[in-house]
Amino acid sequence: MRSLVRPALSLLVIFTILTGVVYPLAVTGAARLLFARRAEGSALVREGRVVGSSLIGQPFDDPRYFWSRPSATSPHRYNAAASSGSNLGPSNPALIDAARARIAALRAADPTASATVPADLVTASGSGLDPHISPAAAMYQARRVARARAMSEQRVGALIERHIEGRTWGVLGEPRVNVLLLNLALDEAR
Amino acid sequence: MSSNAGLQVLIFLVALLALALPLGAYMARVFSGEATLAQRVLGPIERGIYRLAGVREDEDMPWHRYAGAVLVFNLAGALVVYGLQRAQRWLPLNPANMGAVSPEVSFNTAVSFATNTNWQAYSGETSMSFLTQMLALTVQNFVSAATGIAVLIALMRGFTRREATGLGSFWVDLTKATLYVLVPLSFALALVLVSEGVVQTFTPSVSATWIEAGATGARAQSIALGPAASQIAIKQLGTNGGGFFNANAAHPFENPTPLSNFVQLLAIVLIPASLCFTFGRQVKDRRQGWALLGAMLVIFVPLVFATIAAEQAGNPNLTALGVDPSASAMSSGGNMEGKETRFGITQSALWATATTAASNGSVNAMHDSFTPLGGVAPLWLMQLGEIVFGGVGSGLYGMLVYAIIAVFIAGLMVGRTPEFLGKKIEAYEMKMASLVILLPSAAVLIGTAIACLVPEGARAVANPGPHGFTEILYAFSSGANNNGSAFGGLTVNGRFYSTAIGLCMLIGRYWVIVPVLAIAGSLAKKKSIPPSSGTLPTHTPLFVGLLVATIVLVGALTFLPALALGPVVEHLSLAGR
Repeated sequence: MRSLVRPALSLLVIFTILTGVVYPLAVTGAARLLFARRAEGSALVREGRVVGSSLIGQPFDDPRYFWSRPSATSPHRYNAAASSGSNLGPSNPALIDAARARIAALRAADPTASATVPADLVTASGSGLDPHISPAAAMYQARRVARARAMSEQRVGALIERHIEGRTWGVLGEPRVNVLLLNLALDEAR
Repeated sequence: MSSNAGLQVLIFLVALLALALPLGAYMARVFSGEATLAQRVLGPIERGIYRLAGVREDEDMPWHRYAGAVLVFNLAGALVVYGLQRAQRWLPLNPANMGAVSPEVSFNTAVSFATNTNWQAYSGETSMSFLTQMLALTVQNFVSAATGIAVLIALMRGFTRREATGLGSFWVDLTKATLYVLVPLSFALALVLVSEGVVQTFTPSVSATWIEAGATGARAQSIALGPAASQIAIKQLGTNGGGFFNANAAHPFENPTPLSNFVQLLAIVLIPASLCFTFGRQVKDRRQGWALLGAMLVIFVPLVFATIAAEQAGNPNLTALGVDPSASAMSSGGNMEGKETRFGITQSALWATATTAASNGSVNAMHDSFTPLGGVAPLWLMQLGEIVFGGVGSGLYGMLVYAIIAVFIAGLMVGRTPEFLGKKIEAYEMKMASLVILLPSAAVLIGTAIACLVPEGARAVANPGPHGFTEILYAFSSGANNNGSAFGGLTVNGRFYSTAIGLCMLIGRYWVIVPVLAIAGSLAKKKSIPPSSGTLPTHTPLFVGLLVATIVLVGALTFLPALALGPVVEHLSLAGR
């Protein structure tokens, strides 16, 4: 028994140094050398100010902006210091009520919008920080945004088209639109 | 189902095989002591470690000494994790000033990381200091995975050695697994992940103004950062699964793109799949490795497609409100609650199946919000004992125990003494194999029953009705089988769940490791009998079928009644609307 304790403790200390200190520091050093901006959170800078990260979503309520997906983080939406999903089950009345309210809000903002709503636009993401919406969810909001900004619908549509990111290699993942980049482009299009 | 979904699954399987074949061959060389390129580079470090730790490289441990070494090493590791969490407020590298973690959650986390479960009763970005994440969690991610590989290697030696008492040295196997397999792979994967946008920094957070001021009331936001990539790489490769952030692999800083998702998905099943090929090489019959991997795929692939189909069908409750469940080039449709847009239905469902087939447990979508049938495959894959891929090492040793049971059943049918790879399977091996199957299953069912009966157990449930029962069943299935994923709505940081799940994780890990090593010790002592005309070959499609049938039958008989009370009832009530 005692002959097991010494190797156990020494190996634990050695591996703690190797995998708990050397390894993360080596990765940090190499990451800073090769991909500094990404390792630090892919910050979005406009006019010298950090206005977010291109990977982390933000909430939008103004009809002049494209709205992001609902977010279940607390104490407020899109809290990037405490990621979380809603964890509501499919049969939970709270989920159904929330979806009903979201659909009503979308229709109130644009009564001419189509009757079927894209699924991602009325459901909360897993992280509560999803920066994307589906192209369908962007198109769904195009008329509202165009009217609020007194822009032509074609121009808004073209802006959406330009911001659609396709599947990786045409296969992996899903086509999507980054809401932050699209809204920043809208502001710059004035 | 769309052709794109089929294509995404196909690419995953092809890439997996293409990587697993060479890695399996490499690991076979590492553990049989043949020269590799890595050994030429890292060999001096390996020998230095042995000298510092007082390890004799040629020690040949009998099975009980091997088991003792596993237990002592894991106990010491768990105590360190416990201590660091309790003391983190006085220790450095705590820029966000995290306080001490509560005793019950510290116990739970210590057990969770030592047993390679990585169940999270805590929330990463709000409770663990950087020091705790690195020295406690990342270290255990490596050594708990290396422990699993070492035990598997010992079991392989049980099959290959004849009339021997020793199974090799745990210290040597542990060191080789860490130094030659886990560290190099993790370093490479971490850098790939950073190149896609995974964060790796010691800055705790970045402050940013909102683009639309006033949408939340606050003027500026704080975006949590941290040394995430280094931990995520090993969390996937070591089938650990504990996230750096609370939302785990759904968090854009852990998993920012479809490509980062794809490489992490591969990393989850890579080592467990490769070890099948390692096994084939070690027992000098590569067809044996293909047969075991074949059995895994026969169970895995249909469940992947079943989960994709269930999630793509969407939630009837929302479809009734006008939500569009159909997939198109413009939208993934389906049940998107708890899922990320960039992954959609296919990558989320594929991940959910892979992370529960392997005992990984990281999630890129919230399983609690899956449709009832979409949640069945993840739940059942855990309940099968984490043997379809399973944990690194632990998956294959669990699968080999099932193979022993399958040859035993076949032997009973024809009235011959069963044998497997030239070793007679006798009463002692069968007793140990039964322990391996029965104890974790008992822990799942008894734990769930107790949780339903005590007030603290039922109060923690987040969703009403049968879904709430599924949350509890999922928690115990995950804990007792060392998976670590959760139906996240359940509040598990209270005293009852922290303690109960902690005990289940201990049972599911060590009450499997000890009998498995006992089997290894007993097999090593036996003679090897040459195959005769009465020997059941274990590399044929017939045996694969028999093995799959054994697994499915045991899994179905044990858990169908419990599954009927949860997801099945919920599905019927949803579909009946």
